[in-house]
Amino acid sequence: MSELGDIALTAQGICKSFPGVRALDDVSLTLRRGRLTALLGENGAGKSTLMNIIAGVFPADSGEVKLGDEVVRFANPREAREAGISMIFQELNLAANLTVAENIFLGREPVNRFGFIDAAKMNREAAKLLEQLDLAVAPTTPLSQLRVGQQQIVEIAKALSTKARVLIMDEPTSAITQHEIEVLFGIVRKLKTQGVAIAYITHKLEELTRIGDDAVVMRDGKLIGAAPLQDLTRDQIVRMMVGRTMKARPPRTGATLGAEVLRVENVSLAHPDRPGDFLLHDVSLNVHRGEVLGIFGLMGAGRTELLESIFGLHPRAASGTCFVNGNQVRITGPVDAIGHGLALAPEDRKREGIVLGMSVVENASLASLPRFERRGFINEKAERQMVEESVARFRVKTPSIKQIIRNLSGGNQQKVILGKWLATEPSVLLLDEPTRGIDVNAKEEIYTLIHELSASGLAVIVVSSELPEILALSDRVMVLCEGRKTADLPRAEANEESLMQAALPHSVSTP
Amino acid sequence: MSTNSTPAKELLVKSQSLIALVLMVVAMSLLSDSFLTVDNSWNILRQISVNLCLSIGMTLIILSGGIDLSVGAILALSGAIAAGVLKNGIAVPMFDVLLQFTLTGAIICGLAVGLLLGWFNGFVITRFKLPPFVATLGMFSIARGLTMLWTGGFPVTGLGPGFGYIGTGIFLGVPMPVWITVVLVGVFVTITRKTKFGRYLYAVGGNERAALLTGLRVNRIKVWVYTLGGGLAGIAGLLVTARLDSAQPNAGLGYELDSIAAVVIGGTSLSGGRGSVLGTVLGCLIIGVLNNGLFLLNVSPFWQQVVKGGVILLAVALDKMNARGREA
Repeated sequence: MSELGDIALTAQGICKSFPGVRALDDVSLTLRRGRLTALLGENGAGKSTLMNIIAGVFPADSGEVKLGDEVVRFANPREAREAGISMIFQELNLAANLTVAENIFLGREPVNRFGFIDAAKMNREAAKLLEQLDLAVAPTTPLSQLRVGQQQIVEIAKALSTKARVLIMDEPTSAITQHEIEVLFGIVRKLKTQGVAIAYITHKLEELTRIGDDAVVMRDGKLIGAAPLQDLTRDQIVRMMVGRTMKARPPRTGATLGAEVLRVENVSLAHPDRPGDFLLHDVSLNVHRGEVLGIFGLMGAGRTELLESIFGLHPRAASGTCFVNGNQVRITGPVDAIGHGLALAPEDRKREGIVLGMSVVENASLASLPRFERRGFINEKAERQMVEESVARFRVKTPSIKQIIRNLSGGNQQKVILGKWLATEPSVLLLDEPTRGIDVNAKEEIYTLIHELSASGLAVIVVSSELPEILALSDRVMVLCEGRKTADLPRAEANEESLMQAALPHSVSTP
Repeated sequence: MSTNSTPAKELLVKSQSLIALVLMVVAMSLLSDSFLTVDNSWNILRQISVNLCLSIGMTLIILSGGIDLSVGAILALSGAIAAGVLKNGIAVPMFDVLLQFTLTGAIICGLAVGLLLGWFNGFVITRFKLPPFVATLGMFSIARGLTMLWTGGFPVTGLGPGFGYIGTGIFLGVPMPVWITVVLVGVFVTITRKTKFGRYLYAVGGNERAALLTGLRVNRIKVWVYTLGGGLAGIAGLLVTARLDSAQPNAGLGYELDSIAAVVIGGTSLSGGRGSVLGTVLGCLIIGVLNNGLFLLNVSPFWQQVVKGGVILLAVALDKMNARGREA
């Protein structure tokens, strides 16, 4: 029988590339029984990629994973789970139409002696797990009726039900309440005494002083350091994460505010599955020429939904009034929104922002093509000229504007999207997580570009779940929590604590 | 990043169907003396013109991310209506008159039927969010039924030499159906490559959500695509009817599948956003050469079907392998 502290899993020399990005470069990692290893690093550092490889989501390009003494190679997460490696994913991998119990046991349903699903047994065991996790919902509740935070707990229950030897948690506390966090930490401690090795991705360093044992810091796909947590100070960790001694970007000062360009009042958005419930509730905001308004919120706070509602993507479910340059307007779709000078760079670039199979030039001119039409045909020379200028202005790194955009890195794709919208001469730019999945240097470039644009008179609304990003970019910060506006602070009053306080669900129990 | 694909390799992939066509032509001409003759070449072109006509429309539809199973049925109804109004006119009992149609009037009627049914496909797909497969399957049955109602199940024959000229006439040494399809190919190659509509078509098929968020009127574009597809099926209906000098109630049966096959063999991706009208021309030529060559070699028509099926699978499998190369 093995002891606590024995090696449970090692990963050796893992490399992984995605088109345009080297996501992992010769990374090694050791997880020990009964210890929680925290994976730290900025977004895009490669933490989730590494965990996905260990959990069998996708294969490594090179390197090996050893579970105990045995080299393992999983074709899919199911094989990894059967070998004792379970992962709680950052994105919820749940089926909204199934019940809580069905989700927990998906693919591993208990069967009776006739081979049919034993629903009674399944619900009984699910109820036990839910009780452990202190989640007061019936196992037969359809998942769609749960809050995002509650869904996250179900995801945790699912991982626990597999009796894993190695448990990987990817930001499990990003959307749950303080009480739920306490319960989760209790479970984590219990699992540790049972000898489970835990890998824990988080951005919240303060959590680690309570449950963490070891720390591994990554940056830009490389392993920067690994040590027991007690040997590291917070400052050391931050320095390792950031790399160059990057002072927190100084808050912007001296932004000259012009007239109010956009004001929306009392935006509400009905929940698609729960009648009478809202994804957004009476949210109002305004933004001026030359201003960057940051919108912060945790997962499920309604950030993306707010931008989508403003942009006319929920014409039936959303309500509220919208003023552009002081005139009330009705926006029932992107065509209206663009007509009134709005532009939206969506969160999920590949699925919503660009046409992957088209070239840089075709993507960049897509929103402004009518401008290049002459006698029914596209004037390709004028089109190319516009795109060349935009590529130069936004410093897009591409061998040619005829390159298929799929082959560009995330940061360069995002710059092409910005160029696409600038060509429509908008007055308000809505940016949803503008630097998600973008490496540190490109991030800085995008920040600089956003400030240049706002200095040129554009009003910018930036939605982000990253506090440093919000603080670096914004002149004013608004916070959403569970669909309600919980703070609207000038930059001088906004700091990590005040924003997080407003963003956490427990702090808004009394309206 | 496709680091391992050299320009030469990319060119090879791009001209895959052209190479296949050349190889087939060489093979057939070695195997049969009567294959590579002037007469037989015109023959092949005339034979493929109907399928090409349908397939241009099918290319637009598939590029936009859709599919149309009703083109063969629309072909039949358009041909039957054009033939019917030309021969018998339309009786309007309410006013006790019989509307007579000139040749041009009849052609316009046939075309209008194609456009209208195509528009209806687009309307149903965009308005009620039906999957194109289902919507056009419904239209397939509707148009087939209407054709039977209109003709009573009997061919409409004896349409006169004027109408027949469209199908059998020869102008400047080139058969009329070939003229018509060549002009259509030119028009639609230009539309897809040089106009805003063409660009939007690729964008909608490549990423509908992104196209919508970029402010494209996605629904309007789709309605246009299906309308054009219906109109081209109407033209194909006129060609078939004129060629045979009769509108057969069962005309165009299974043509939708031939046309999808041609589009796919021509390298257009069934998931939309990638492909070209010129590729479809090659696809039609490949099917035409295959059918014609096997016929000349006295291969049983049953074997012809088997071979054609194999070619489709091969073409799509090759395309998938290339696509994987692009992704990785």
